[in-house]
Amino acid sequence: MVNKLVIANLRHRPLRTILSAVAIGVQVTMVLTLVGVSRGMLADVANRSKGTGADILVKPPGSSPFGFSTNFPEKIIPFLRKQKHVTVATGTLVQPIGGLDSVTGINLAEFNSLSGGFRYLEGGPFKGPYEILVDEVYSRSNKKREGDAVNILGRDWRVSGVVESGKLSRMFVQLAVLQDLTANNGKVTVGYLKLDDPANTKAVIVSLKSQLTGYPIYSMEEFVSLISINNVAMLKNFIAVIITLGVLIGFLVVFLSMYTAVLERTREIGILKALGASPMFILGVLLRETFVLAVIGSVLGILFTYGTRLLITTFVPTMSQAIVPEWWPIAAGIALTGSMLGAIYPGLKAARQDAIEALTYD
Amino acid sequence: MTDAPIIEIRDLRKAYRMGDVEVAALRGVDLSVQRGEFLSVIGPSGSGKSTLFHVLGGLTPPTSGTILINGRDLVQMGEAERTELRKTQVGFVFQKYNLLPTLSAADNIAIARYISGKHKDGDEQFDEIIRLLGLKGRLNHKPRAMSGGEQQRVAIARAIVNHPAILLADEPTGNLDTENSTAVLELMRDLNQRLGQTILMITHNPEAAQYGHRTVRMRDGRIVTV
Ligand SMILES: Nc1ncnc2c1ncn2[C@@H]1O[C@H](COP(=O)(O)OP(=O)(O)O)[C@@H](O)[C@H]1O
Ligand SMILES: [Mg+2]
Repeated sequence: MVNKLVIANLRHRPLRTILSAVAIGVQVTMVLTLVGVSRGMLADVANRSKGTGADILVKPPGSSPFGFSTNFPEKIIPFLRKQKHVTVATGTLVQPIGGLDSVTGINLAEFNSLSGGFRYLEGGPFKGPYEILVDEVYSRSNKKREGDAVNILGRDWRVSGVVESGKLSRMFVQLAVLQDLTANNGKVTVGYLKLDDPANTKAVIVSLKSQLTGYPIYSMEEFVSLISINNVAMLKNFIAVIITLGVLIGFLVVFLSMYTAVLERTREIGILKALGASPMFILGVLLRETFVLAVIGSVLGILFTYGTRLLITTFVPTMSQAIVPEWWPIAAGIALTGSMLGAIYPGLKAARQDAIEALTYD
Repeated sequence: MTDAPIIEIRDLRKAYRMGDVEVAALRGVDLSVQRGEFLSVIGPSGSGKSTLFHVLGGLTPPTSGTILINGRDLVQMGEAERTELRKTQVGFVFQKYNLLPTLSAADNIAIARYISGKHKDGDEQFDEIIRLLGLKGRLNHKPRAMSGGEQQRVAIARAIVNHPAILLADEPTGNLDTENSTAVLELMRDLNQRLGQTILMITHNPEAAQYGHRTVRMRDGRIVTV
């Protein structure tokens, strides 16, 4: 019976109900999209790292797993190559070019033997120094094809080929050229090792660590497992901010919506009181209405994330958004928390309302 | 049935505080009502009739005096006990019907049963009440689709569905034309005669007052003629 009243109340003001639910939904989408994009981008990084075919990564002393701002001497690479079980060793230089993009300097021959070689969708390998290989996604989103010029690092580069995505980076130039251009001669950012048998990974890491003190050395498995939201402080904080905003939005939306509902239902609340409804009963009706709004909002919010994903894949193909069902209950919980907090004050106001005034009110 | 009055009021006073001003709405009301009685209350506007009903029905606490309903003193009651009183002992009918606009007539009656907690038990009298109402086939309509007379009959059904000790009707025919007034008054008389429902009714209309067994007049917060 109470549920009937709750549904009847919500249906009585369909526009207010829908708008409130949509506002809660937008907030749920906000959280889920941010988490989805973070997860999607990180998963993309993980996949492209795995796409190198390397078993072990070597990074400069003092660097974090995702810091690409420090380098180490290139001459360590031949030393790595000489280690037992190591079949391929190559160094890459990562040069950020603004935003989330970076260009990677590679030794093409070595990189090919590490990764099994690029699959060229257009064109082919570098023929001259100022040539660039771009991946399919970059090519599509920046409309650059073989023979086109790409302007980065203050000069034009001719696209010598478009390669299939999934191998480390979206833009490649020759290592030596990039080192020269960025005054990083003799330096590399990451060393990639391939072993005769991945089963030897542990043993090789132990032996390397004893020889290269201070160098972070990861197995590919370990490196990929480190690629998570919790390990990227900026993302973690950003998500915390969005969650706080989410609770706040839920609070404000429901506060306003329920506050007006209580004002306009003065007489109904008086009637319920005259029938013997307790303050708890009145509060309960409001809280149930809010619960229904939050549930509808959460479902809408989850559905909206498929929409934002479509928008992102259509308009920003270099970004990817994952659908993260394990965050659905969290986002719904955030919506519910904010909403319930927002309903408390209007609910108490209704519960405390004077019945006589309400009944004689015109 | 006992001979003790169902309502026993002695020197009842009620003052409303409006900021710094005290408005004495009831200034020493004495009244006894027998079980099964149909009492009409008349008197000029502002004489305290509605206030008396609001106090009797537990909508607002009295200031002083004694009010026994079924032997229990209302003056001693706290908010929770007055809520319980409204739930189980009192049924209200208002001039403006006061039905819940979003619910059908049937659900307006059902929610009163739900709030009282009596919805779980079956009720043989419920069907009798519906029959007396003469509203068969209109019960699934929302209040706004019903005439004033129909709405008031639904309000009466809602008021008595939990078998209250007393039915308090505050100008129940005040908004109705003659035909509908007669229907509502006859319905109340039927409820009084067939179910033995105790009824107190405020009215401005001397003809309507005739439906009661007895009429009392209020003036300036007191009962002046019995
Ligand atoms: N809720 C209230 N707050 C303050 N004064 C009130 C309130 N209700 C009634 N009064 C005052 O109490 C007096 C009696 O009013 P009321 O009981 O409504 O009379 P009646 O129903 O006989 O017209 C009036 O002077 C009225 O202004
Ligand atoms: Mg009155």
